[in-house]
Amino acid sequence: MGNEITLDWDKINDIIEKYHRDKESLLMIMQDISDIYNYVPKETIPVLSEKLNVSVTLIYSVASFYKTISLEPRGKFIVSVCTGTACHVRGADKIMDTLEGYLNIREGQTTLDKMFTLEGVRCIGCCASGPVITVNQDTHGGLDRTSTLKVVQEYQQRIT
Amino acid sequence: MAALETREALKTLRDSLKSDENKKKHLISLCAGSGCGAYGTSNVHQTLVEELEKQGMSDQVEIKLSGCHGFCEKGPIMVIHPEGIFYPQIKAEHIPEIVEKSIKGGETVQARLFKDPGTKKQIAHEEDIPFYKLQQRIIFGKNGLIDPTNIEDYIKYDGYLALEKILFEMKPEGVIDEVKKANLRGRGGGGFPTGIKWATCRKHHGNRYVICNADEGDPGAYMDRSLLEGNPHSVIEGMLIGAYAVGSSEGYVYVRHEYPLAVKNLGIALDAAREKGLLGKNILGSGFDFDIHVSRGGGAFVCGESTALMASLEGKPGRPKAKYVHTVEKGFRQGPSTLNNVETWANVPVIINNGAAWYASIGTEHSKGTKIFSLVGKVVNTGLVEVPMGTSLRTIIFDIGGGIPKKKKFKAVQCGGPSGGCIPERFLDLGVDFDELNKVGSMMGSGGMIVMDEDTCMVDVARYFMDFLKDESCGQCNPCREGIKQMLEILTNICDGKGKEGDIELLEELGAMIQKFSLCGLGTSAPNPVLTTILYFRDEYEQHIKDKKCKAGVCKPLFHYEIDDNACTGCGVCARKCPQEAIAGEKKKPHVLSQEKCIKCGICYDACKFNALVIR
Repeated sequence: MGNEITLDWDKINDIIEKYHRDKESLLMIMQDISDIYNYVPKETIPVLSEKLNVSVTLIYSVASFYKTISLEPRGKFIVSVCTGTACHVRGADKIMDTLEGYLNIREGQTTLDKMFTLEGVRCIGCCASGPVITVNQDTHGGLDRTSTLKVVQEYQQRIT
Repeated sequence: MAALETREALKTLRDSLKSDENKKKHLISLCAGSGCGAYGTSNVHQTLVEELEKQGMSDQVEIKLSGCHGFCEKGPIMVIHPEGIFYPQIKAEHIPEIVEKSIKGGETVQARLFKDPGTKKQIAHEEDIPFYKLQQRIIFGKNGLIDPTNIEDYIKYDGYLALEKILFEMKPEGVIDEVKKANLRGRGGGGFPTGIKWATCRKHHGNRYVICNADEGDPGAYMDRSLLEGNPHSVIEGMLIGAYAVGSSEGYVYVRHEYPLAVKNLGIALDAAREKGLLGKNILGSGFDFDIHVSRGGGAFVCGESTALMASLEGKPGRPKAKYVHTVEKGFRQGPSTLNNVETWANVPVIINNGAAWYASIGTEHSKGTKIFSLVGKVVNTGLVEVPMGTSLRTIIFDIGGGIPKKKKFKAVQCGGPSGGCIPERFLDLGVDFDELNKVGSMMGSGGMIVMDEDTCMVDVARYFMDFLKDESCGQCNPCREGIKQMLEILTNICDGKGKEGDIELLEELGAMIQKFSLCGLGTSAPNPVLTTILYFRDEYEQHIKDKKCKAGVCKPLFHYEIDDNACTGCGVCARKCPQEAIAGEKKKPHVLSQEKCIKCGICYDACKFNALVIR
């Protein structure tokens, strides 16, 4: 089950040029690559090393330090449950439990069909609307178990 | 759109925008902040646009997608100007009636007005609602009036007036003096006097940088987010003034990755400012050059720490450095760097426009001006609250916040995020400022205020914060990396019913060590939530350890639910909702809960209207 995606090197090179090959923008470049593939494919690392003139070690160091960068493939939909204090006090763990049960994976894992990755994130900043989850760029607030399931089912329908 | 090349050009534009004020009959302000977005503003907006077109009223009504209004519990929010009619919790299906009655007919739709939960009376106007009435919104107030993606809205409300003043009427040293006189202190939590920071930066030679810390990492705090999303120009103008004062031509805003709307709106604002010539070379013909770049974070809480933030800006992992040399002397790229928080920057134009004396008249002796708090958790009116420094916790939580929902009892308020502490009821009359809360072991911090009620387990809260900090520790120094991990293990054991005699004392000893010997602020403040909960809620810890009981009903191994025969009416709601079918009983007769089937999810406890589910 290796990486079967074909990388669009034009797009990737465009991203690097957009940031003028600036080594200080390494994190943002990796995030932009991640926006396309939902993770940073390892094949891009030697290219980044050469074009930005930084060591491969530094790239791995940055990739493993920052939570928003994943070197492993993630699902089509990244479901992030806010586990910030305000959401925690309002029952975020019940939302996480519900999702773990429904998707049959634990926090940090991806479903076998590669559709959903379940993650916890420490505060999205919508504290008054808690509990909150984000699915890729969409935010859903004021959730309970029932509405959480409805949200996920809507995304499942989009796939079929 | 031509660039404004002189002060006069900006003045002329501003005057013309002000005179265009009453062009359209009505202005509808719809909150487009992330909070209301999560509740469905775009649906409401779409429906409103369609309805106005249907009624042929599109040219009489201006719709403004504004920044966060602050009353987030009641989102999506709509305010109709000039009358100032406030409609909370608006759904798409409410729109036709509002357009018919309020826009066309000039009346209010009674059913949609805000209802005060205490007096049960309806309040039509925003300024009369207690949540807003008791605030002093000198920084946040414009959010509801301006479209953050339109620079002309900002200019219309005296935007960039302070910039004009400092460029053409003041010298850099004069600007620093004014900020010193106002006694502006950092709003990110440190509370360091901004004027002194700027003066020190200016003294040091090299390429100087002004940086905005928008890495608002405290869970539960979202003031900076709403300021950046809702009024990004206020921050840009503040940075322009700061850059002029310290002698810098290059600025950076470091924003959390988790704030995509803030990044977007900031980007739009920067482009607009450049187009107008308010950023770039020779601003307004003054000879002053300055521009701002945006850098995004990567999900690391520690990058809110100044040296870690600057390492991240340089494209490296965000590991803090010991501060033998301060960043105002050697910071970003080894140059003198002025790092200030979003809210601090937003205060600067207000000080210049209104004067240091006016600003210093607000607040307490050592804490001037206002502070924006994010009031969240178990509170009726969750949202963003701006009050003068020194306002009491009781006023914020009860008078503005409306107290605790569902008639539950207040237990504690957690202030200052993971670096702060939990404050119990007996200290509710303390005024919130940089110094008062420190006396009881907590701190104001960045302004996050998480209210907790009787259903909150304070040991679980301590465990939660340690879990957070264990993940966020950069790992460099032993006290933090190893110490936090050990404290977390002890706390987890206590919550699992495996607590032992001596655990509390061990936590206190570990905590003291971590506070004293950690490399950076994350470590030195990490034990605070644990130590304050032990100080004020020791009995809860002892119940967990000795009695193996969690009275709040949170730590699953330490409690179970029972149905009180005397209170149960046999309505059957709990039985229907139970996912495990663990409750049985006849209609109108007390029901029974099977302990074998119960998974302690709490659905029945939340659903029961008769307090018949009890925690044992």
